[in-house]
Order: sequence, then structure tokens, then C-alpha cells
Amino acid sequence: MLAASLLIASFVIFAAVYLAPGNPISALSGGRSLPASSVALLEQRYHLNDPFFVRYWYWLDGALHGNLGISITLREDVSTLIASRIWTTAGLVLYASLLIVVFGIGLGILSGLRPGLVDTGTLMVTAFSAAIPAFVAAIVLILLFAVRLRWFPALGNGTGFLDNVRHLTLPAVALAVSSLAIVARVTRATVREEAGREHVQTAVSRGIPARQLIRRHVLRNAAIPITTITGITIASLIAVAAVVETAFSLNGLGAYLVQAAESKDLAVVQGISLVLVTAFVMVNLIVDLLYAVLDPRVTLGSRAQ
Amino acid sequence: MSAATLTPQKRGQAVLAARARPLGQLRATGPAGIAAACAIAAATFLAVFGAVLAPYNGNLADLSLAWVGPTGGHLLGFDFQGRDVLSRLLAGARTSMLGPFAVVLMSMTAGTVLAVTSAWRRGLTDSVVSSGLDILFAFPGILLAVLATAVFGPGLTAASIALAIAYMPYVARVLRGAALKERSQPYVAALEVQGAPATVICLRHLVPNMMPLIVAQATIMFGWAMVDLAAISFLGLGVQPPSPNWGVMISENQTGIMQGYPLPALAAGICIVVVVIAFNILGERLFARAEAERA
Amino acid sequence: MTGPAAAGTGALLEVSGVTVRLAVEGARRPVLREVSLDIRPGEAVGLVGESGSGKSMTARAVGRLLPRGAEVTGTIRFAGRDVAGLSGAELRGYRGQVAMIFQDPRAHTNPVRRIGDFLTEALRTNQGVPAREATQRAVDMLAQVGIEDGARRLRQYPHQLSGGLLQRVMIAAALLTGPRLLLADEPTTALDVTTQAEVMAILDDLRRRLGLGMLFITHDLELAAAICDRTAVMYAGQIVEIRESALLHSDPLHPYTAALAAARPDIARTAPRLRAIPGRPLSAFEAPEGACSFAPRCAHAEDRCRATAPGIIELDGGLSRCLRARDLRGQLGGEPEHEARPGQPAGPLEAADA
Repeated sequence: MLAASLLIASFVIFAAVYLAPGNPISALSGGRSLPASSVALLEQRYHLNDPFFVRYWYWLDGALHGNLGISITLREDVSTLIASRIWTTAGLVLYASLLIVVFGIGLGILSGLRPGLVDTGTLMVTAFSAAIPAFVAAIVLILLFAVRLRWFPALGNGTGFLDNVRHLTLPAVALAVSSLAIVARVTRATVREEAGREHVQTAVSRGIPARQLIRRHVLRNAAIPITTITGITIASLIAVAAVVETAFSLNGLGAYLVQAAESKDLAVVQGISLVLVTAFVMVNLIVDLLYAVLDPRVTLGSRAQ
Repeated sequence: MSAATLTPQKRGQAVLAARARPLGQLRATGPAGIAAACAIAAATFLAVFGAVLAPYNGNLADLSLAWVGPTGGHLLGFDFQGRDVLSRLLAGARTSMLGPFAVVLMSMTAGTVLAVTSAWRRGLTDSVVSSGLDILFAFPGILLAVLATAVFGPGLTAASIALAIAYMPYVARVLRGAALKERSQPYVAALEVQGAPATVICLRHLVPNMMPLIVAQATIMFGWAMVDLAAISFLGLGVQPPSPNWGVMISENQTGIMQGYPLPALAAGICIVVVVIAFNILGERLFARAEAERA
Repeated sequence: MTGPAAAGTGALLEVSGVTVRLAVEGARRPVLREVSLDIRPGEAVGLVGESGSGKSMTARAVGRLLPRGAEVTGTIRFAGRDVAGLSGAELRGYRGQVAMIFQDPRAHTNPVRRIGDFLTEALRTNQGVPAREATQRAVDMLAQVGIEDGARRLRQYPHQLSGGLLQRVMIAAALLTGPRLLLADEPTTALDVTTQAEVMAILDDLRRRLGLGMLFITHDLELAAAICDRTAVMYAGQIVEIRESALLHSDPLHPYTAALAAARPDIARTAPRLRAIPGRPLSAFEAPEGACSFAPRCAHAEDRCRATAPGIIELDGGLSRCLRARDLRGQLGGEPEHEARPGQPAGPLEAADA
């Protein structure tokens, strides 16, 4: 099912170029006028004289072998351009995912198990932060931590691993903020719900000590919906990363995608879109697998929500 | 009076009575819900009348006034081009609210039609539609919107349509469950036996009974659409400067943050956050009521 | 106040004057009122009542499974020790001695853990039994409840077993810790009729063989009478009668018991109309303070029943909470005439006819 999604998605990405007004040549060149030799080259490279599906096949085949075409604006292989930027995006998404898992799930479990001040506080804070879009969070963070407090740099990638991490911190937080809130809320609700289930009563009635009860019967059961929502949330980070990269002037895939879209460098747009959609589908696939592993009642591929 | 103590007839009457008084429904969402609704009403009002109400012309640039802070008459100061921030915010309400509205309208309509059709026909139609929608799930909204603007050019139209398409499978999935449940109610079978045509049953009975859920979903979706569209505008692919728009204003004035003039960008950010929170709160309450009603 | 036959020292379980209050919609309302009963070692006592009568709550009180915030007054003694004060390791020890069997086995088993885990968890955790031995004991116990291929079953998950099988597993799990008292909360209500009989037979048989005490909760008077030595009847959070099961039908001591017995449709006879008890059952917190809670629905009620709250009266080896118990001796058993008196609220069946 996910493989079909990917295939059709790739088709849509490919076909999008041809939806553009005007002929494919002008789309590929972004409206720029080209000398005849370039036009002939484009025609040959993109098989423009062949039927539509053949062209699609060539493109897909090329993509699977790492050949995604040439950037019109930079005149380099799209794959090379992607490769040099992919680590920034991957690092950003991973960093943000780590924050979400550690703090989002952690906070959710804590407030789910302990009613009272911690819980009410968590509810209020998450209600507020769930509504903060990443770019708003970005400017607030820049204002507070980069300009006023000078704890973190505001823009750019930095050099060297540790410096990179420092530069990625504010962006990762901006990216994670609203997702973290959602994961925390869902985790809390799930933990509450599982703790109230009858089978927990059974374990209590047999004298199972509290620690074990929580670990084996509440958290273990809550892990299923929590994994699902965390996975979905992390998948959505892939797209929103573009916004954060732009706000913090990071040279990641997302920022590059936006620039390419603005300059109508369609080969780049296609290439990056394909990479991002593949990543998105992969994460969803992992979530499906985890779900099947965690819940013995389901068979693979039947995730309901 | 809890639902559990009422007989089925009394509950049905209570539901009908409550539905007939939408304000009563609203009151039942609690003080937070009412506050949220007020904020939304204010934003909508501004969306329509904002440009007229603005004290100054938000498009009038005067570089000598760039970044000047709040002074008499100019409550929020000036932006990077010396334009009055408050006026731009008021005028910007229109595009900031209009886009999400269009997205919600399109995706809810398409999603409802698909959900009801596939729930009604069941069988092959249902499988095909569901599989088709599952495939659409592979596209995150923002990505599709960026792709669309790359192909069709930047602007609210392309981005809105792309977002509507990306949201549609989610709407359809949520509503399909409710539609299936409604469809299996005895009154539907009774109507079928009486010879009522499918479209009539769906439009006159199925959809109205799903209305609380539809309204709740639309409300929450407005919040998401607002965030996504503001992000697209922030990226420069949505509403184009110099048109006023909250997302664009943040991106335009971002340099101000680093130079010590945070107000214009922050003000626009706060507008977005307040309206989105309002939609989230109202939407969550409406969802809770829709759930309670069908319990 | 304990039952007449228990000398106090020999009883396995003594419940004395237990009142339980819960926070219901803001206010603290009673769900059990002055409940007293006792169970001797090896004795099965039935607890019968309609929904809301407090029978489940009584079991929970005994099993220390009341919801958080519940207020308990009165004493519960198990083997002479006060249960309310137990905590920590002592409480866990107590739980090993008193095993609860719940109504819906599917809801009460963890769907993501295997049956083997469910059966052996308490053994491994609380009693430190090594895994292999625990597994062996589990297999043996499964055989005792009629599940032969125990080893295979241990590896399965709850959703792979039928309701009847799962309930047998629950019974096996309850018995594995070697308890002295079973609290069975409507163990067969969620099962279909044929399975009910099987499971009931297994439970009864094992209980007798192992000499365990049992508090058997059900809404079915006949069922309780069939397998329990004595039966207690509850209404509106109070015990209204405790009687030897054999005498429950022929010589009940409380009008409610008589009405329950008469209301059950008898498959062997045809009757012109089902006898329903007019009105609806009260919960404990709805019952009036200074009057008999059953009076509004009672065919034998007098003015004094509505003015005084009846206490427990000992009669002929049984207990009754009826002011007129002595007067009504002998009139309640057999086939009592039970039409609604004029002016009484009608029950659903009566109203449908009107």
C-alpha cells in the first residue's frame, strides 16, 4: 500500500511539470529563453519526443539510480546538490524528533500518571504551544535566545560537528514546539485512559506492585497509540523543516526547495520533492511496522488510525 | 442532566432542541469556548472590514520612518518600509482569513462528498475511494503547496487548492466512520424502503445528522490551514508583498528582530497565534460535544 | 453486627457495618450502607441484587479495590485481621489470599500480553516462584479448569480465546496464588447460556475440592441458591436478608426476596403476565434516610415502614431487614399475590398494559 503511494506520488511529482502552463521546454527552463542547442539537449535528455509514460519511466529509472536531472540555475547535478544539503535537514529533523520523544512523551507520561499541579500546568502550556506555528516560534526564539540572551547563534549552519549542533538547536526547538505539545497531550490522554482500564484492576487485585503495574500494564499498552501519534508527528516534521530552514537561513533541502520553487528550477523541485515524499512514506512505514510489533491483535498494514 | 439518565426519546428531543439554538450550543462549550468564538468573530469582522477600519494606509511606505516604535496615533509603530504596522495588520486580516476559509470550504465539501458516497455505496466504491485517499496521505500539505506554486506560480490560489487536496483524505477518513454509523441506523433503512432516492436520504438526513462532527472538523481544520498558509506566505510562495498578510509580515520584518526592532514581526505572529488558538479551543470543544452526542 | 451462626472467631471473612461513600457528581453519597455479613472457611455465600444494589461495591470493598477517594467506615476482617489498615507488602499478601474473578474476562485481561504472562505474573512477582515452575503450575491449573493443551494456550493472546475459555483462564489465574477466599463478581453474566453452565460447574467443583470460601455475586437468585450455602440479598446498598439458600424460595424473610423469586419467569409454567416488581430499583444514595428503602415498591408496606428505618432482625437462623418480618412469616414463600396496590407507581410492564 505504501509502495503504491510512493509510486503514485512520484508520478504526480513527475507529471506536475507538464501541468504547468506552456510547453514542457518553457517549464523546464523556467521561462528563460534558451539557445537551440540547449533546447535540443533538453529534448533528448528528457525524452520529450517520446510518449508520456515512457518519459515517466526514464525519469523514474534515473531517479532510482541517483540521477535526478540537472539544475537549470546552478548547472549542476540535482543529486549532488541534494546530497550536500541532505544532512542539514536530516540532522534538523532528527534533533527535533529527539526533543519530541524525550520531552513530549516524558511530559505526557508524567502528567498522565500524576493528577494535580503538574498535570494542570502541562495542559495549559501545551494548549498554548500547540498553536504556535514553527516560524512564529522561530522568531520568538531568535529574539529571546539569540539576540537578547546570546546563548545561541541566530542564523546559518556553523562549522564542525559541535558548532553545527549549536546552530541547529534553536531551529530544532522551533520545529519541535507545536508537535511536542500535541504528542504530550495525546500521551497524557492515552496514559490516563490505559490506567483506568479494567485489566489494570485485575493486576491490582492480584497484588502486583505499583511500579510493575505502570510499566507492564499501563505504559506498555499506551505505547501503541503513543508510537502512532509520535510517528505521524515526526513524519510531518519533514515538510515543516522547510519553513524553519528558511527562517534560520540553514542550507537544508527544505530551504533549497523553496528557492528552487521561486526560481522555477523544476528539476530541483521534482528531485527534492521525491526525496522528501520518500522520507515521509518511509517514516509511515516504520510506524506501521512498530504498530504491528507492539499490538499482537493487528496484522501488518491494517493500522486503523 | 446527564445523557445516561434520559430515555432514547428524551435524548433525541434534547438533541433537536439544542441544535435549533446554535447560540445555546455555543454557550454549552463553556467560557473558553465562548471566548474563542468571540476572538474568531472579531477576526472575521476584521477580515471583512479591516482595510476600511485601518487608521492609516498600510501600503504607504516612508523609509524615513522605518522601524520607528509606537508613537501617538501609531500604536504599533512602523515596519521595515516605514508603513504603519497596525493598519497593515488590520488590512492583512483579509488574506490571512480568506485563504484558510477557502481551504476549509473545498476540503470539507470534497471530503464530505467522498465520505458519504463511499459509506453509502460501500463495497467496491468504498475500497477504491479509501485506497485512493490512502495514497493521498503520502503528501504532506506544505510540500504539495510548494510543488503547486512551483508549477503554477506563487499565490494564494495554487497554495489553497493544494492544501485542500492534501487535507481531503483526513476529512474523508474522519467523516467516513461517522457516515457508516449513520448509514446503518434503522431510520435510513426505513427511508430506503419507502423509496426515497439515495441523494435525498444523504442530503436531507445523513449529512445533517453528521453536522456537529462536520462543524467541529471544519473548525479545527481552519486552524491548520491558517498555520500552513501563513507558512507558505512566510516562505514567499503565497501572498506576495506588498500585499498585507500576517505570514508575509513576519518574513518581511524578520531582520528587525535581529536589529532590535521586534515589534512588527511579533505583532503579526501574535495575531496568527491568537486566532489559531481560538480555532483550536473552539474546535476541541465542538468535537467533545459531537462525541458526547453520539455516545 | 455479624450473622447468627458465626462465633466471630471462626469466620474467614467478617464484614461489620460497612458504609462506603463515594463522590458522586460533587457530593459524597453512600453506595453501601451498614453492610454486615460473614463467610466461614469453605463456605459459599451468594450476594444477590439488581443493578445499583451495591453488590459489586461490597466485593470491591472486601478486595480493597474501591476507587480513589472512597470513604469507608465499619470494619472488614479477614482471618481476624483488619483489612483496612493493610498496606505495602502486607496488602499484597492479603491480595494473594483473596482472589477476585471479574465479570467480563475480555476487558479484564491485558490484550497485549500472553495468557502465560497473565497466569504466572502474580506467582513470579509476589511469591518469587521461578519462571519454569510457575509455568508448570499454570499448565496444571489450566488442566483443572478443563483446558487440556495448556502449554499451547500459554503462548496465545487473549483475543485468540473465546469468552468461555478466557473466563476459565481467569478462574485458573485466581486459584494459582492459593487463595482462601474467592470473590466472584458475576463470573458468568457476560457468557452465553451454554458456556455459563460449564464455567459455573467448573468453578463450583474446584471451589469445593479446594475448600475455598466464596462470595458469589449475581443478579440471579436461582443461581446463587444453587451453588451457595447461604445467600444474602441486597437492595439500595443494604443487606435486606441473609438466609440458607434452600429456604430462600419456600420461606423468605423479606418481601423483596419474595418478589425477586416470583419475578423470574419459570420455563415450566405458563403465566398470563410476567410479574414485575413495580417501580425501579434504587441506588443507595437515592434511598431515603428514615424509612425502609423498599417501601414504595412493597406490596406489604404499612405506614410505619415509611416512617422508620428498619434494623436487622434475627429469625429462624436467618436475618431480615423488614419491620414486618415476624408478621409476614409464612406468607412470603411459595406464590405470593403481587399486584400493584392502587396509587402505587407502576413498573414498565404494568404501565404498558394500562
